[in-house]
Amino acid sequence: MLEVKNLHVQVDDKEILKGMNITVAPGEVHSIMGPNGSGKSTLAQVLAGKETYEVTEGEITFQGKDLLDLEPEERACEGIFLAFQYPVEIPGVANTYLLREALNAKREYREEKPLKHVEFGKLARDKMKALGIDENLLKRSVNAGFSGGEKKRNEIFQMQILEPTLAVLDETDSGLDIDALKIVANGVNSMRDSGRSFIVITHYQRLLNYIVPDFVHVMVDGKIVKSGGKELAQELEEKGYADF
Amino acid sequence: MSVDLEKLAQEEYKYGFVTDVEQEIAPKGLNEDVIRMISSKKNEPEWLLEWRLGAYERWKKMKEPRWAFLRYPKIDFNDISYYAAPKNNPRPKSLDEIDPEIKETYDKLGIPLEEQKMLAGVAVDAVFDSVSVFTTFKEKLAEEGVIFCSISEAVEEHPDLVRKYLGSVVPRGDNFYAALNSAVFTDGSFVYIPKGVRCPMELSTYFRINAENTGQFERTLIIADEGSYVSYLEGCTAPQRDESQLHAAVVELIAHDDATIKYSTIQNWYPGDKQGKGGIYNFVTKRGRCIGRASRISWTQVETGSAITWKYPSCILEGDNSVGEFYSVALTNRLQQADTGTKMIHVGKNTTSTIISKGISAGEGQNIYRGLVEIGKNAEKARNYTQCDSMLIGDCCGAHTFPYIEVRNSTAHMEHEASTSKIGEDQMFYCRQRGLSAEDAVSLIVNGFCKEVFKELPFEFAVEAEKLLSVSLEGSVG
Ligand SMILES: Nc1ncnc2c1ncn2[C@@H]1O[C@H](COP(=O)(O)OP(=O)(O)OP(=O)(O)O)[C@@H](O)[C@H]1O
Ligand SMILES: [Mg+2]
Repeated sequence: MLEVKNLHVQVDDKEILKGMNITVAPGEVHSIMGPNGSGKSTLAQVLAGKETYEVTEGEITFQGKDLLDLEPEERACEGIFLAFQYPVEIPGVANTYLLREALNAKREYREEKPLKHVEFGKLARDKMKALGIDENLLKRSVNAGFSGGEKKRNEIFQMQILEPTLAVLDETDSGLDIDALKIVANGVNSMRDSGRSFIVITHYQRLLNYIVPDFVHVMVDGKIVKSGGKELAQELEEKGYADF
Repeated sequence: MSVDLEKLAQEEYKYGFVTDVEQEIAPKGLNEDVIRMISSKKNEPEWLLEWRLGAYERWKKMKEPRWAFLRYPKIDFNDISYYAAPKNNPRPKSLDEIDPEIKETYDKLGIPLEEQKMLAGVAVDAVFDSVSVFTTFKEKLAEEGVIFCSISEAVEEHPDLVRKYLGSVVPRGDNFYAALNSAVFTDGSFVYIPKGVRCPMELSTYFRINAENTGQFERTLIIADEGSYVSYLEGCTAPQRDESQLHAAVVELIAHDDATIKYSTIQNWYPGDKQGKGGIYNFVTKRGRCIGRASRISWTQVETGSAITWKYPSCILEGDNSVGEFYSVALTNRLQQADTGTKMIHVGKNTTSTIISKGISAGEGQNIYRGLVEIGKNAEKARNYTQCDSMLIGDCCGAHTFPYIEVRNSTAHMEHEASTSKIGEDQMFYCRQRGLSAEDAVSLIVNGFCKEVFKELPFEFAVEAEKLLSVSLEGSVG
């Protein structure tokens, strides 16, 4: 599904990713762990198409397409979703409005009819309930004044509505209380299937008790330095990154 | 953002067509004869002609104001024609008498003049160049005692009202453009709402400039008698031409005890082309007097068109407990310039004013907010809240705010907030990551930014305003 080969990325002449490789097959859940500043969010943003990052070398293919050729919105419509580490506030724009526009943009891309207000409303309310999100959050401006946990839950809610093929979750567990963590993990697990893959970026092994990954990668200084199964996360929890 | 800029920048101004209609156009230039001609065309009484000539005398002695933050070539006032009217039956009694070309023009603009086709609950006065060509729902409104007609008609049919109020808010020598307007004004709307009547429909005037090398000088006068209510809306468009055209209007509002006037504008005059060629120069004086106790005047404007906008809708809060409001969205794209804002003059006790201004600059647009809040010495416990937000899209545009505050009463309570933000890369990326195109993302973010103002517009027009903003922003992302 996703193949990242020898990816080099820089910002302001500073190289951040230094030959990154990762291959994700359909249905797999990969977890990326690594110290602060090692480049995890950079990878996530580059996958989503953020232009401030310059790809100097390497390639990314997604479902047979050269991802680097596509605009961010095309990538989104092709099925890539990024749950942001720091979700952005957009004052005056109702949460539900952005989401309906987004879903309909995606449907238009696939040459499907746009969803009517009522249909969308029902879909949104059902998903909200399952995630224990207050309905008022739909009407409020996108992320404006949301608590840290509400923002993260809102990202997962959006993911559920948009049904991506590849979801990249950037520290979605940070700032969540125990109950919210379980709800978010359930939200992810309920979407796992043979056609959908996840890249889960996290600092805590705890999340991986709930979202059990197929692979765990350790990222240090812009590269994957070690990969393994879920037991690698346990190991990191105990020993830290000192060995790398 | 590698959006197809070329394509977007070439997007045409949708209303730029010209109507081919036989017109009577006054020779270029301004002198007493021209003023006498206009006045006699309109069968005006002697006092009005004298009033015009007096305005002209004052205007001749005045200098064109240059204090605004606007750059434009000198206007040659003798190179403009001051009167243009369709030749055929300029005051039709029924729809069948209207020149079909003109009717079609309004159809094309989305303003059908047949009452059954109109938006439910909106009455329209259609002004085509210098004359009002038709007013809808007049009879229905008359049942309630509401007078809604062109100002020329009002001069003939309701001379006492016109004489009493014309110039009572904006005196004929008020400023350069107001004096010019007073000398040569041609048409515009007149509204009178009698005591205790809540006007049963939205009233609106649709201004269309069509003729070449002519100026449009309309004059609107709205009087809300005790305890009455009216919501009024004006819309404006003009053909796409290489030469700039002058539009200098005057609007006067009078609110008596407990009366409310809501005045909304959606201004979409032709803004000029990519190189800044052509476009309307919009120099407008709008002012309302809250002369009654607990009266209220609310200005809402969405300014997206014109090459130059010079406009400060104001409220003079004379009556105790009166309320003035100003909600504004001004957008400048390409080479457009806007110097706009408001004046709130607090005279009476417990008077309250609210100012919410949203300036959006894109392309090489320049957007200036200029506001004055004045608290007079007898204005006990006056309150003002001002919020000025500017948003920049791109690196070549500009935004400036000039808030002036004069307080002569120590019991006044003033609050002022201001912000400038660049449209966030992060916000854009967030929306695009969710699947929105760059243009849709910009218009979504900008519409969000303007929400507080749009919610003041009548519902149908709020939708219209959002669409207009999106169209006006096209080509702004790059
Ligand atoms: N836009 C930018 N401009 C300058 N430096 C940047 C930019 N984005 C990222 N960096 C730098 O790149 C490095 C990697 O950042 P990144 O956010 O990818 O790390 P991370 O692994 O996600 O860290 P954390 O675990 O703290 O979230 C950091 O040193 C960061 O300061
Ligand atoms: Mg990070």
